Amino acid sequence: MSAAPVLLVVEGLTKSYGGVHAVRDVSFSLSAGEILALIGPNGAGKSTCFNMLNGQVTPGGGRVRLLGRDTTGEKPRAVWRLGVGRTFQITATFPTMTVRENVQVALVSHHSRLFDMWSSAPKLARDEAERLLDLVGMNGYADRPCGELAYGDLKRLELAIALANQPKLLLMDEPTAGMAPRERVELMRLTARIAREQSIGVLFTEHDMDVVFEHADRILVLNRGSLIAEGVPEEVRRDPQVRAIYLGEGLVYDARHRDGAPA
Amino acid sequence: MAFYVVQFLTGLASAASLFLVASGLSIIFGVTRIVNFAHGAFYMLGAFVAYTLTERLSGALGFWGGILLASLAVAVFGVLIEMILLRRIYRSPELFQLLATFGLTLMIEDLVILIWGPDDLLGRRAPGLRGAVDFFGQQVPSYDLFLIVLSPIVLGILWLLFRRTRWGVLVRAATQDRDMVAALGVNQKWLFTSVFALGVFLAAFGGALRIPRDAANHAMDLSVIVDVFVVVVIGGLGSIIGAFVAAVLVSELNAFGILIFPKISIILVFLVMAVVLIVRPWGLFGKPEAPARKTPGLTVQPWRPLSANERVAMIGVLIVAAALPLFGGTYVLTVASEIAIFVIFAASLHFLMSVGGLASFGHAAYFGLGAYGVAFLAKMAGLPMIVCLLIGPLLGLLGAAVFGFFAVQLSGVYFAMLTLAFAQIVWSIAFQWVSVTGGDNGILGVWPAAWASGAAAFYWLSLGVAVLVVAALRAMTFSPFGYALRATRDSALRSEAIGIDNKRIQWTAFVIAGTAAGIGGALFAFLKGSVFPDNVGISLSVDALVMVLLGGVETISGAIVGAIVYKALNIWLVSHTDLSKLVLGAVIVLIVVAMPKGIVGMIETLQARRGRSTKSAMLASRVESAE
Repeated sequence: MSAAPVLLVVEGLTKSYGGVHAVRDVSFSLSAGEILALIGPNGAGKSTCFNMLNGQVTPGGGRVRLLGRDTTGEKPRAVWRLGVGRTFQITATFPTMTVRENVQVALVSHHSRLFDMWSSAPKLARDEAERLLDLVGMNGYADRPCGELAYGDLKRLELAIALANQPKLLLMDEPTAGMAPRERVELMRLTARIAREQSIGVLFTEHDMDVVFEHADRILVLNRGSLIAEGVPEEVRRDPQVRAIYLGEGLVYDARHRDGAPA
Repeated sequence: MAFYVVQFLTGLASAASLFLVASGLSIIFGVTRIVNFAHGAFYMLGAFVAYTLTERLSGALGFWGGILLASLAVAVFGVLIEMILLRRIYRSPELFQLLATFGLTLMIEDLVILIWGPDDLLGRRAPGLRGAVDFFGQQVPSYDLFLIVLSPIVLGILWLLFRRTRWGVLVRAATQDRDMVAALGVNQKWLFTSVFALGVFLAAFGGALRIPRDAANHAMDLSVIVDVFVVVVIGGLGSIIGAFVAAVLVSELNAFGILIFPKISIILVFLVMAVVLIVRPWGLFGKPEAPARKTPGLTVQPWRPLSANERVAMIGVLIVAAALPLFGGTYVLTVASEIAIFVIFAASLHFLMSVGGLASFGHAAYFGLGAYGVAFLAKMAGLPMIVCLLIGPLLGLLGAAVFGFFAVQLSGVYFAMLTLAFAQIVWSIAFQWVSVTGGDNGILGVWPAAWASGAAAFYWLSLGVAVLVVAALRAMTFSPFGYALRATRDSALRSEAIGIDNKRIQWTAFVIAGTAAGIGGALFAFLKGSVFPDNVGISLSVDALVMVLLGGVETISGAIVGAIVYKALNIWLVSHTDLSKLVLGAVIVLIVVAMPKGIVGMIETLQARRGRSTKSAMLASRVESAE
């Protein structure tokens, strides 16, 4: 892991909304193939932090370096062009298109053909789209209207869209929120497998501690905008401050507990 | 110096009516989220009812009582409309709400002509305020001074109403989150109705107060609504202070603009609006809106290109259409040419509003610019017809490029209001810049070349161009660009996150749609042999909207079917009744309430339902055989 190139370096990231410090002086880094979880209680600043990384929110201070480039304050579309895939806490897809077309649009953009006005888009990058859908186990749904998918399927579709530009880094804001417990575990296992195979770095926020402790290589704990702990799952689990603020004393997220989890 | 002061005071006085109407619109929008297009119509009704009452009732009490009574009567009328019509469409997409209230406007226009006749009516002077005050040798009407004092008073009363009463607190709460207010047990229905009543009262009051100054006329509804849209775009929808400041600003710009650019004073207002939109897209006193809660679409049937069979059928239809000159006379062919041109126009708007999700309320601007472009080239430069047809639409392209750049910075109702205001600016230029455009007299004698002057030849030309334009727009709908455009419509958040520059895609679509409309306008100029400011007018813009809506806004071919049905119906109506606006308005309202999917949408739904039932029948039989 030490030889893997560093994808993301965050230094002193800060954002406040009218006196409320949503994010305060957050610094961390992420290497290729590493899966990093960002956890913390509601209102800790996870989403704000996330939105600053891909340019949806302009940072109040600090630096974001992606793939060696300073991307602080750049637009989401510019960040995406560098090879960053993004999924949203509440899914954002194109409801009037079919599942395949949803992926095709991302591919069209990836191949820089957005202003091509004469080719036939339904035929464009069809195989590539099917391959991506295959990867996330959605091959049977290609012709279904996206607007009538179940929520868990939408989450998987989002993952396929996020993988369309062959990203080096995936930013996933609560990838399993709103899903059934069984689906959660499956989706995260799938994501982790793809990430390891293609050595994609993954940063994700999550409230499901089973998911976090099963897959994360490292965990960042955010509280009231500040990082209060950072380390491998074992360390974080034992950290008294993290227990007091977030994890609580009663539950032990260890291997035995995980195996007992619904799967 | 005194002259400028007087000019300033005149501006302030005209700001009064504008403020009343704009604040009413803002209050209604704040709570119900409906941009009430019919607000101008209520303003006009206020003026006409006040005229009748002040003529009947005598004395000072009769005059002032008449003004108040008229405003109250119109407010009651507004309440009836709210309960009968608007309550049915509060959850509809914004576009439908705008169109339904526009349909109301059309109906009220004809009703006013039915009741009060077609003439302008000048009311009597206000008792006690007949004279003028001498101001450094310049005369200022005392009624103007009264209006200047009145608007801050109304502003104060509204402020007290919203800050100091329980009702006001509820209204402000509903403006922020109406669902939460409803969840807290407030009767939303009556809150909406009372807010609508207040808004309409303010509009009617603004109209009633105008009669001692200007005659009540039949164009005042549309002219005021455009000014009001400009005011709320500058001031910020939902803000009463914003309405006040912007009303004063716009009125003063008009008052002084006349001194600087006597012919095209409206340019000044446009420039200010453009600057405000760049600096603060949500208006001077407005708040940036959270992205609007997406109204779920009416259907979720994904679009697909024509199948091979459908293509053959399409060619068959075209062959029949091309054979029309064999059995149709000159009149039929002229009507058919006009329909073909409107198919182009409707298809161009469809590209912008159905594919791009940008409902332009001023699409006629680019149609008209194409027509004027041809007229300039043919009359002034004396160029041959083909050259005119090729270059003329470029004026539409140019207009769409300039206005579209600003328009796509906004979305939803702001986009609709802004496009309407732009179209009105083009109209004003066509109307006022007499030396170039001929003003109201238009430009005459734009005749086609000899080879296209026969009815059949011109019909084939129109049909051919229509086929080309529609085919091109359709190809673009299914091109990567079309998909990117639909992506920006479906989810701006997601499209930006996959590298799409939303504004640039939308701007390009705006220019494409404007150019296509310009092509339609260019043909139209040759068909009619003339160009008039009406070719840029609001009613033409709304015609296009109704065509798309009638055919089905969520379908691909709806615009074409809608254009054919609507135009044929329209031509027939105008030749058979004097009350075409009343019928047309009723048709619009009916479509919105009863068949929002449009003709093609209804057919597709029926087909889908039949398809599903045969599929489930097959499934059932298979289950039976398995048993």
